[in-house]
Amino acid sequence: MSRIQKSIIITLAALLIGHIALAEEASREQIKGLDEQVQEIKGDVLSIATELKLLEEKLLYPSNTQVTIFVSLADGEKFRLDSLDLTLDNKAVAHHLYTFKELEALRKGGVQRLYTGNISTGEHPLVVSFYGKTDSGSDIEKTGSFTVNKNIGPGIVEIILAEQMISFSDK
Amino acid sequence: MNRLLILLITLLFANPALAASPAAQRELKDLFFGEALYHAYQGEWFDAIARLDTELTLFHALDEPELDSLYSHLGQAEFDVGDFELAYRMHQRAGRAITAVIEGDVEQTVRNRAIYRLARIYFQKGQPVNALQALDRLRGETPADLVDNLLFLRAEVLMADSRFNEAVPFLENLQGAKSLAGFAPYNLGIALIDDDREEEGRQWLDRAGQIEVRDSATAAIRDKANLVLGEMLLEEKNFEAAKLIFDRVRLSGPFSDRALLGSGWADAYRGRFDLALVPWSILAEGEITDPSVQEVMLAVPYAYGRLGLYSNAALMYGRALEVFSIEINKLDVSTQSILDGKFLAALVREELKQDANWVVTLRELPDAPETYYLLDMMASNDFQEYLKNYLDLKEIRRKLERWQDDLNAYAEIIAVRRAYYEPLLPEIDRAFQKLDARMRSCLQQRDRIVKRLQTMLLMPRPDALATAAERIIAAQLTRLEQTVAASGQKVDNAISARIKRLRGLLLWSLQTGYDQRLTEAYTDLQELNQKIDVLGRQYTAFVRSRQTAIQSYQGYDETIRLQQVRIEEALIKVQELMAEQGNRLEIMAVNELTLRRERLEELRVKARFAMADSYDRASRVQEKRGVKP
Repeated sequence: MSRIQKSIIITLAALLIGHIALAEEASREQIKGLDEQVQEIKGDVLSIATELKLLEEKLLYPSNTQVTIFVSLADGEKFRLDSLDLTLDNKAVAHHLYTFKELEALRKGGVQRLYTGNISTGEHPLVVSFYGKTDSGSDIEKTGSFTVNKNIGPGIVEIILAEQMISFSDK
Repeated sequence: MNRLLILLITLLFANPALAASPAAQRELKDLFFGEALYHAYQGEWFDAIARLDTELTLFHALDEPELDSLYSHLGQAEFDVGDFELAYRMHQRAGRAITAVIEGDVEQTVRNRAIYRLARIYFQKGQPVNALQALDRLRGETPADLVDNLLFLRAEVLMADSRFNEAVPFLENLQGAKSLAGFAPYNLGIALIDDDREEEGRQWLDRAGQIEVRDSATAAIRDKANLVLGEMLLEEKNFEAAKLIFDRVRLSGPFSDRALLGSGWADAYRGRFDLALVPWSILAEGEITDPSVQEVMLAVPYAYGRLGLYSNAALMYGRALEVFSIEINKLDVSTQSILDGKFLAALVREELKQDANWVVTLRELPDAPETYYLLDMMASNDFQEYLKNYLDLKEIRRKLERWQDDLNAYAEIIAVRRAYYEPLLPEIDRAFQKLDARMRSCLQQRDRIVKRLQTMLLMPRPDALATAAERIIAAQLTRLEQTVAASGQKVDNAISARIKRLRGLLLWSLQTGYDQRLTEAYTDLQELNQKIDVLGRQYTAFVRSRQTAIQSYQGYDETIRLQQVRIEEALIKVQELMAEQGNRLEIMAVNELTLRRERLEELRVKARFAMADSYDRASRVQEKRGVKP
């Protein structure tokens, strides 16, 4: 084996070892310390988020006028939801275009908070319209008209979408 | 060396992706819990934790939590919050949350799922003993989707604790697990080799290297098995077998470069330099920043030299020299670019977030030379941890800044509300006080009537139900009777009889109409009560509205001030951590580039000497042939 060949092989071996050593280059302790600090600040910020959420609800949506509208998909629905419109008291209050991730989250059983607002106690007309496509690719366009009965406490409305119908419940 | 290499590779990569994802939910009864899941299913961990934390905080503050809709999901919710924290890389909090679930009153399947997560945290944090202790707490029914993963985790933990012998039976039991196809035989091979059962281990690596490819993960583990096995065979000079194994590795996979290099060396060591040129020539066409490609730029002319083609070799060494010089310059530019802060700017580009293959894409960004050489480093665990923290901090900073704006807006809303309501309230209060006094008087009257009617049920008093006209008549008759009595004169009998008759008529009317009158009095009382009820509701609504008006601007100042201080402090901390984290990323990148530069320098020196040597040899050959140089 020539000198050059030997030296090339040694270089290649060194490269291989160096590649592995690189992964250990940074100090583990340093990583740990910084990582723990990042975890701590995440905890602090999450706690601020919780406080702000409560403050926001109290300040902007007091319980006696608050109404929240949630949207979910009926079990096992496979249709593609493209968009949804909400009209409350004859005013358009929400329009949402769905991304793939949002649609997947709904299909897995997630519930979307689509609208939070304030209304007085009593009856309020609500119109829900959605657009989408069936598995076979044909268009779906559905509209449902409902009445929200707002009592003294916070109003919670659940809209469940299915290819064939829109269900509504409030409390 | 091979052992170390194998172990490191095993621990770093040989497990299938087991991303945190909430378990399938039973019928959802709490919409707010469903909302947290909605965010979690999209990987929006911060929002998912924040929502669920809020709900759990509210839930725990309830007087009768068992009546709340979250009650039926409580165990799952508390488990999920730990799971989300784990996904958000908050291992400490996740560990605490999951431990609380394990120790709480939850179903055995939920507890076992929590134990699995906790053990994974310990394993990922390099605490195999704690991980094993957690796994030993498994009892009863295991969720079906976790059975294989639990066995695999136990094997991984045992391997991390150098207990290869104990890991083997678990891995043997997993050979039929479809979800672990490739991973189970690969790890079994490694465990056996490290347990000094090399022959058996190689057989499993060989099996792993021939598994049916179902997806990119199994393809990668198959390639890795072949690469590891090939390098082992190469080291022990079994070149023919090594060649066969290296050639199994896909040309398009992440291990193709090293396999091509090894394949060439398997030929070269056997003196088959013509054959070695085949894989090496393919590799030479690869990305020049790749270490294997740079190495092969010396290997190819070396093979030509060994074939006696010294002129070609000399030219190729010259070309390598040129390329190495260009690359060294590029590295200098990249290093400067990193020091100028452009590396961090490239890492946080928005368009990269949409691309799952973003690390590779980074290298292809036309205006980000600082990333060209960092592909391997960026794929390393340390770098990924640093980067994820950096990106998380950046996102947190964005949120904090937005919340600062929100709080300022809230303060403005409160000021507007105060300015509107405060001047109105004194006048409203005065009017309300009058109304309140009248209402109290009405209520007192009503109460008196009720009392009187109740007394009359026991002791009938017809006179008490006389009409106003009847009362006047009764008073007139009394007056007449008194006048007659006082005059002392003899009064006409006819007049006396008439007064008596009238008195009798009045009594007759009161006595005979008493029941009817009592009934009417009760009917009137009911009507009165209805009106008082309406008035009472209006009264309550007014009190509530007034309270709402006051609550819409009172009692927030301290909360807002406190949150502003907290946000400010958090922002300072985040900035510091970002600077530190960013600095480490830059140092890591600069170190990597420095290392690569040093290696390129070494290669350049080798190329220079080898080129000179090849020219000498070429000249000598030409001299031998009688050709003038």
